[in-house]
Amino acid sequence: MHGFIAVYLREMLILKYRLKRQLAGMAVTPLLYLLTFGYAMGDLIRLDGQSYLEFLIPGLVAMSSMTQAFGIATDINVARFYWKIFEEFQAAPISNLAYVAGETMAGITRALMAIAVILLLSLLFGVSLHYGFWFWLAVLLNAAVFASLAVALAMLVKSHADQSLLTTFIITPMAFLGGTFFPLENLPGWVQAALSLLPLTHASHAIRAAALEQAKIAADYWLLAALAVIFFILALRCVGHARD
Amino acid sequence: MIRLQNINKRYGAVQAVRGIDLHVAAGELFAFLGPNGAGKSTTIRMLTGLTRLGGGSAWLNGHDIRLKPLAAKRQCGLVPQQTNLDNELTVRENLDIHGRLFAMPTGERKARIQELLAFVDMAEREKSLVKTLSGGMKRRVMIARALMHRPPILFLDEPTVGLDAAIRRRIWAVLKRARQEGTTLFLTTHYIEEAEFLADRVAFLDQGQIVAMDTPEQLMARLGAWAIDQLGEDGLSTSYFASREEASAFSSLQGHELTLRRVNLEDVFLDLTGKKVR
Repeated sequence: MHGFIAVYLREMLILKYRLKRQLAGMAVTPLLYLLTFGYAMGDLIRLDGQSYLEFLIPGLVAMSSMTQAFGIATDINVARFYWKIFEEFQAAPISNLAYVAGETMAGITRALMAIAVILLLSLLFGVSLHYGFWFWLAVLLNAAVFASLAVALAMLVKSHADQSLLTTFIITPMAFLGGTFFPLENLPGWVQAALSLLPLTHASHAIRAAALEQAKIAADYWLLAALAVIFFILALRCVGHARD
Repeated sequence: MIRLQNINKRYGAVQAVRGIDLHVAAGELFAFLGPNGAGKSTTIRMLTGLTRLGGGSAWLNGHDIRLKPLAAKRQCGLVPQQTNLDNELTVRENLDIHGRLFAMPTGERKARIQELLAFVDMAEREKSLVKTLSGGMKRRVMIARALMHRPPILFLDEPTVGLDAAIRRRIWAVLKRARQEGTTLFLTTHYIEEAEFLADRVAFLDQGQIVAMDTPEQLMARLGAWAIDQLGEDGLSTSYFASREEASAFSSLQGHELTLRRVNLEDVFLDLTGKKVR
């Protein structure tokens, strides 16, 4: 437990020193999407009786919780390749579990902060949805999926440049295609099937259904939970890999 | 305190460490001396858990590093070659996180931070952000951090590399003090004077192997006490003598430009391997 607290506390102290910059960074992208797609173009679109803003905000929550949780990979990489701080953890008598849990929890914390920022911004745009238990459960699972994936990949990559490639090829396409900006139901069947392979599709769906009080699909939650467990175990195995 | 039995490490086609056997006694200050790429850092990295042991066995204070890695890690502090403090945190926060990693209780952590910052003359910078410190100050904080959990063994990988002479001497004083307090020190260096000044025993490392191991005095006595460098047509050559008188007698017979000096560890390494340490 002491190892987990040390790893998590270190990330939180760094977050504290960078808080203003970090919050501003968390606000910029969703604010731009809200202004462009929601405010400027939103009146042109109505989806199933909802305004486009109401459709968009849960999508932004899913997207931001993914990108912010995955963002922990960049911090781990900078600590590993540039500052060599990862060596301090390697030389310490802590288990891989303590390290992975500490970093994953730090990623989840960042995701929750980003969502708080989006929900505040959405209030400014006059949108208030339903943020109950199922909403937060979906958000937490989504953050856990991408934070543990981030830790695993951060241990596997050989350089900081590799890390950027992963973000470009995995995270950015998913952010646009994972049911964030448009409903998948109107797409051809094979496209829907392909996109249903993306974890973010299920996160967007679950978060939106909870926020708009639509029918929830249990499979979305089970799938996210299973992926979170799989990626967490993968991360545990990858920590040893980073030792050489 | 430190026991190595035939340890090895290979990186692809490169055999970085080849069969090192070694025993360092409790309270000893032991130095690995050798050029870059000799296997000094790789040895320390294996012993402290940064790199997997390639082959052989190693014990730290009786704990097998392969079978009981966490117990072995509790026995040692590490000052790595590259500064690896958290630049964005304060000096105190860096030490505190380290104490937490080693499961030190809160009260003990607070007291130990005060004690160690006084020990390395950094008490007044406790609340400074690490990024505001000079290179020498960061080194001292790293030594304090490594000693935080009272390890019986302290590993230092090139502890004074890149620092100027005055700061280097200040760090030597800290290391001597740590040794007086009973810590076993194992350091790597390619600074001859550092090994001569600090070490009880030195091992010369070349191409992953120990080529000689003894006290600095005994190693130097193999060649003599005095050396004369002379510039001839074939370049610089060195002759060794047991006494100053013998050296003086030799120099009076030579017509070339000569330099008389004491024998140092560099001479021993050069004699053994034909290479310079630096």
